[in-house]
Amino acid sequence: MGQGTFAKRKASPGSVRRAFQPWNDPQARPLVEFRNVTKRFGPVTAVDGLSLSLYPREFFALLGPSGCGKTTLMRMLAGFERPDSGAILLDGVDITAVPPHLRPVNMMFQSYALFPHLSVADNIGYGLRREGLARPEIARRVAEMLALVKLEGLGARRPDQLSGGQRQRVALARSLAKRPKLLLLDEPMAALDRKLREATQFELMDLQSTLGTAFMVVTHDQDEAMTMADRMAVMDHGRLVQIGPPDVIYEAPVSRYVAEFVGDINVLEGRVSAVEGDLVRVESAVAGPLELDEDAPGFALGDTLLVGLRPEKIALSHDEPAQGLNKVRGEIWDIGYLGDVTMIQVMVGGEGGTLLKVALANRTRRIERPFAWDDAVWLSWDVEAGLALAP
Amino acid sequence: MSATSRQRLGWLVPLIPYLWLLAFFLVPFAIVLRMAFSHADTALPPYAPHFAGFAAIGEFLAALDLDNLRLLADDALYWQSYLYSLRIAGLTTLLALAIGYPLAYAMASAPKSWRGALLVLVILPFWTSFLIRVYAWIGILRPDGLLDAALMGLGLTREPLRLMNTEAAVLIGMVYSYLPFMVLPLFAELEKLDRSLLEAAADLGARPWTAFLTVTLPLSIPGVLAGCALVFIPAVGEFVIPDLLGGPDTIMIGKALWTEFFSNRDWPLASAVAVVLLVLLVLPLVLLQRARLARGGAA
Amino acid sequence: MKRLGPGLILALVAGFAFLYLPILALIAYSFNASRLVTVWGGFSTHWYGALMRNEPLLDAAWLSLRLACVSATLATVLGTLAALALARHGRFRGRTLFSGMVLAPLVMPEVITGLSLLLLFVAAEIERGFWTVTIAHATFSLGFACIVIQARLVGFDRSLEEAAQDLGATPLMTFWTVTLPLIWPAVAAAWMLALTLSLDDLVIASFTTGPGATTLPMRLYSAVRLGVSPEINAACTLMIGAVAVAVIAASLLLKRERMAGADK
Repeated sequence: MGQGTFAKRKASPGSVRRAFQPWNDPQARPLVEFRNVTKRFGPVTAVDGLSLSLYPREFFALLGPSGCGKTTLMRMLAGFERPDSGAILLDGVDITAVPPHLRPVNMMFQSYALFPHLSVADNIGYGLRREGLARPEIARRVAEMLALVKLEGLGARRPDQLSGGQRQRVALARSLAKRPKLLLLDEPMAALDRKLREATQFELMDLQSTLGTAFMVVTHDQDEAMTMADRMAVMDHGRLVQIGPPDVIYEAPVSRYVAEFVGDINVLEGRVSAVEGDLVRVESAVAGPLELDEDAPGFALGDTLLVGLRPEKIALSHDEPAQGLNKVRGEIWDIGYLGDVTMIQVMVGGEGGTLLKVALANRTRRIERPFAWDDAVWLSWDVEAGLALAP
Repeated sequence: MSATSRQRLGWLVPLIPYLWLLAFFLVPFAIVLRMAFSHADTALPPYAPHFAGFAAIGEFLAALDLDNLRLLADDALYWQSYLYSLRIAGLTTLLALAIGYPLAYAMASAPKSWRGALLVLVILPFWTSFLIRVYAWIGILRPDGLLDAALMGLGLTREPLRLMNTEAAVLIGMVYSYLPFMVLPLFAELEKLDRSLLEAAADLGARPWTAFLTVTLPLSIPGVLAGCALVFIPAVGEFVIPDLLGGPDTIMIGKALWTEFFSNRDWPLASAVAVVLLVLLVLPLVLLQRARLARGGAA
Repeated sequence: MKRLGPGLILALVAGFAFLYLPILALIAYSFNASRLVTVWGGFSTHWYGALMRNEPLLDAAWLSLRLACVSATLATVLGTLAALALARHGRFRGRTLFSGMVLAPLVMPEVITGLSLLLLFVAAEIERGFWTVTIAHATFSLGFACIVIQARLVGFDRSLEEAAQDLGATPLMTFWTVTLPLIWPAVAAAWMLALTLSLDDLVIASFTTGPGATTLPMRLYSAVRLGVSPEINAACTLMIGAVAVAVIAASLLLKRERMAGADK
């Protein structure tokens, strides 16, 4: 298994991706539509009146803890589960009652589900044979797929003679061989180790933009979702809590649940004491007066408010910062050295107050750290750093 | 369930074996029940007319005739043969357990590379014909057979043991035939036993024998129960072994049924014997299931 | 690996001696020139020659073999369907009755199975013979076949079948191309088991057979009742030999398959 990528990375993938926003385009026709879909298993409602649209060429990630209904959602799209109510449309056609073998959607299984009695080539060609393609055509397409996933020459092997990473590629090639309109990937990286996972994530992104197939990934791993997806959805108890590009989800989560599920966050409770245009002033019991910049503050004076603070957005110093309102005194409780960053837990508001996490990037190779246990420190942050979260 | 994927011909899958079993298991069984409650003279073949009225439950109940069961209850021969069957089956089970447990334990303790071969060795006799295995014992147990010849040749006994056609012969034949059924579940249970449990017991101060009694034995109880059931159930209804190795006084219930049917041609009585035999078998099974459920509930 | 103590070695030796000595004695005496069991009259294959001239016995053996093949095949097909129904169809109407009927023959005394089927054949006025015994054997082996195959299906990764359907295979196609190839060893084992059960059965065959369909166990049984004869020993030895060859061949085949899977 090499680290080799499928194609040279584009010069500025970020800007390309930024321009791709069909969900904001009223003219765009969705590839997949869930319309008010509900699925129950006995007393458990796995998917609860959910509506969602996916667009052609989109890389979509469905994120949530286990049991949130994300797998059920995917299995309904593949045809293995039938909704109790609502409809699923593919390219404008209602496919709710279409059995899985007749759907132009393919799935990469979490276990890969490679047929152990068939060779790699026969695994990849399985779907093509079902279509009744001629043998030479199947052989050509299989060779094409093998090349696509960099497994040339391994066609005659059996799945149990492959490494974990190779198996994943075979599963990918098999599910792409029929050129589906939409590829479903169920926890595609779950069985890979960390190093391989990172390399594979980028390869998958390149493959997706090369082929132009819409991908829907189900995962419980936020890093994976954020790295790969154009747009992601956070699910909880069968409902979509928030949909949007990864940066929006991270920087502007709609709720404490999303904020805490995607990334690390500190939460301070306070009361709104003043609203001046975009500026909201909050009085916090442990941290004193705070200010935050909100685009459309819908808060009235006296409302209880949660202020969210990402650990990397807090600055730490021994001396009191010269200006700005957002500064709090605290004492260092714990220091966790993680290599790339150092996580420092600071107790704010005296013993029994609130522990705030601060992430410091380790920019130099200095072994001696500027901060030590029990140091009295100042925490400070920009007005743009704080998030107003509904309690 | 994935109902969508199995709409078309999927319902045929359960239907075919279902119909087969209805026709060749349930219906015949109902006939036996019906037959058990009818008169000897009317039940002799051809008895199709009686069968026609089978569907009408009311008629059926009105025509119920408990004479056969009364006969079974009154005739000491049947009582004795039922009790005798239970006794022989029980003894067979105990003896098979006594021989099978050490064997299964030794097999499970053997090096891993041996275990497969040992397992094949235990199963192999099962693949040879039942009759052959019983027949082999006839050659050994009969008067002037191999056993007597060997014992007297060694000077251990002076005169023939005359084991053939005794209860002992039946027990030997039964234990021999059913031993694999005892060893297999025991071995399966003992082999999956985590060796580190014994090490933990030893680490906590248990001697090997104490560790066996307090850890291995309790954990192998499911295997013991399964093995006992597998031996006891077929042993109760056994016919061939008591017939070939037993004497005229070893009338087990399977043999009584056979005689009633083939020699006396009393089909209703044979059916009644069958019904009672089945009740006799279902009872310990239900008890076993209860015990298993109770264990499951406790765990 | 812990060494075996002397007690355990004794248990192994005694246990296997108990299992094998009678069979070995039986084989040895099939080569005895003397008719007497206790007298060794020298090595001879005389009784095998006599056996080859025993037409009724050979006919019965041939009949048993055909009957066992047909009934084992029937039992395997029905048992596979039953196992699929129990493992894949979830809850369906009458499932409890169904699984009860599948499993009941496993604990049902043979005398009762035989009696009940005979009564059915008489009631339905079916002429008894080859086919009635075949049906009876298929019915009572069905449960055994079903258990063997069901065990394999339970350990089977469902997502393989889903993957096949996802790639466009109809349910039937999925069965042929994925399910059956993967449960094949269990299906073969079930067939072998059903074959053995059929070849071994005396009681059920005695009840359900008719004139002209005497199976090998029935012939052996009547011969054995008359007493020990080296000719029967010879017949038994041949059967044991056939079984041993079959079992050893099967295990070698399995081993080779496993090795081939491992080192390629």
